[in-house]
Amino acid sequence: MDITINKQLVQKGEKDQDFTPVFNINNLNLWYGQDHALKDIKFDIPEKQVTAIIGPSGCGKSTFIKTLNRMVEMVPIVRMSGEIVYRDKNIFDPKYGVEELRTQVGMVFQKPNPFPKSIYDNVAYGPRIHGIKNKKVLDEVVEKSLRGAAIWDEVKDRLNENAYGLSGGQQQRLCIARCLAIEPDVILMDEPTSALDPISTLKVEELVQELKKDYSIVIVTHNMQQAARISDRTAFFLNGEVVEYTDTSTLFSNPSDKRTEDYITGRFG
Amino acid sequence: MSRDKTNQKSIRSMIQENKSSRSQSAVMEKVVPKIFLICAIISIFTTLGIVFTLLTETFTFFSRISIVEFFTNTRWFPFTSDENADYGIIALVLGTLTVTAIAMVVAIPVGLAVAIYLSEYASAKTRKMIKPILEVLAGIPTIVYGFFALTFVTPLLDKIIPGGISIFNALSPGIVVGIMIIPMIASLSEDAMNAVPNAMREGAMALGATRFEVAIKVVLPAALSGVIASFVLGISRAIGETMIVTIAGGSRPTADINVTESIQTMTAYIVQVSQGDTGYGTTIYYSIYAVGMTLFVFTLIMNLLAQFISRKFREEY
Repeated sequence: MDITINKQLVQKGEKDQDFTPVFNINNLNLWYGQDHALKDIKFDIPEKQVTAIIGPSGCGKSTFIKTLNRMVEMVPIVRMSGEIVYRDKNIFDPKYGVEELRTQVGMVFQKPNPFPKSIYDNVAYGPRIHGIKNKKVLDEVVEKSLRGAAIWDEVKDRLNENAYGLSGGQQQRLCIARCLAIEPDVILMDEPTSALDPISTLKVEELVQELKKDYSIVIVTHNMQQAARISDRTAFFLNGEVVEYTDTSTLFSNPSDKRTEDYITGRFG
Repeated sequence: MSRDKTNQKSIRSMIQENKSSRSQSAVMEKVVPKIFLICAIISIFTTLGIVFTLLTETFTFFSRISIVEFFTNTRWFPFTSDENADYGIIALVLGTLTVTAIAMVVAIPVGLAVAIYLSEYASAKTRKMIKPILEVLAGIPTIVYGFFALTFVTPLLDKIIPGGISIFNALSPGIVVGIMIIPMIASLSEDAMNAVPNAMREGAMALGATRFEVAIKVVLPAALSGVIASFVLGISRAIGETMIVTIAGGSRPTADINVTESIQTMTAYIVQVSQGDTGYGTTIYYSIYAVGMTLFVFTLIMNLLAQFISRKFREEY
């Protein structure tokens, strides 16, 4: 009885949304071999807001975020059904190239993964592979992106040094700069601070707040406080399903599902 | 339960007992490293011995033929009366370099393409199939490659090339040495590329890079030191290759590079002299040591070059 009421509440919440969506996810199912990892996922991701995905390990949150730029297809045994509509285009449409999608939907990974090149070349990599060769243009893009990722002041005097000389937190902001350099529309972040110390984490969190003025951000996080601090909307995933998806403040102060409440109060997960 | 305890010794007491009877293993602990050290010393002294022999015999050679003539004369005609003989290493070196260059033109692009395919495109299943085949290719005795060059590749080239080709020539053994080296370059380069963390590929793909762009602009530069090391090892192998060039290259040393004509490499010359009835103590006898020394210096330089290049191009990750 309780559960049916809760479901209605959730659905009501979805209908009441007053935002422009960048992603509409409809009945998304995903299997790794026989393992049903995502089950009938259905929700919309708002433009220029921060959407947090929380849930215990193995609930499918990383898998979910990787379907949004189709990185999940790097796993050979993956199968999918349903649709993800990005700005009125189905991203699984064969006519819609995966590279085209990924220039629009950038990604920052759990572990900082700069290329073993100079700081400059890391940021310039994206523009370069998309045909921008003019040195002056590249210089501007590199500076703008590094400023955008709040790391310019720390690296401006050593742009030609190897990126692996930076600290973990700096590397992660460099990866964010690399992502900004191709001026994406959406930025996906897969637990971007889980490998960082608290101060670096704080810097990345502040950066996310800055970035949401210009970008739509989806962030997967293990850390519920982080979701509460930086996101506008939060989705709670459990066993491959979306249990609850609503305003972050509502989800944390007044969860409508018992399982959400148990999770955010630390009873499991 | 309690009976178990009384009947069976506890693990701890068994360990204690074994410890007291450890004197034998203590001796082993001391002796074994010494045996290993002796093995290491033997291999070092063997190398030193070889270099020493090479050097002394080479000095004898240079007491008869001036070192200037050796490096500047472009003719190599030892099999004649002593006063007419020419010992100009350039002719042999050019033979070796011609074959090596042809081999690398074949082996580098193909080997690299195979490595990129295996590491970046092939499914795990395909890789499992192709890698053993490559290893079989690497295991074929070089004498077989030699006959392959002489009886298959040369006639084929004779048909393709307008104007034909000599039965002994540089092109055919060059191509076949290249084929022989492909598995080595492919396998070593693939190892280097496989060692590049997947996170880097993902980083590039997330920026909208195609698989080819990921391979060429991220994986290859990151693996460059290993890839170049494989090239240099390939070159060393080609320089030292003996059977193929002896069988299919001919025995006419020349300083004019014409790949369709007979040549002689340094290794092939050493084989020719070793097989013939050259007497001990003759100039020809000592000449093979001088040629061997030159060969040794070449491969030594290649190895040093490999180390220098791989340090210079290393992309730390």
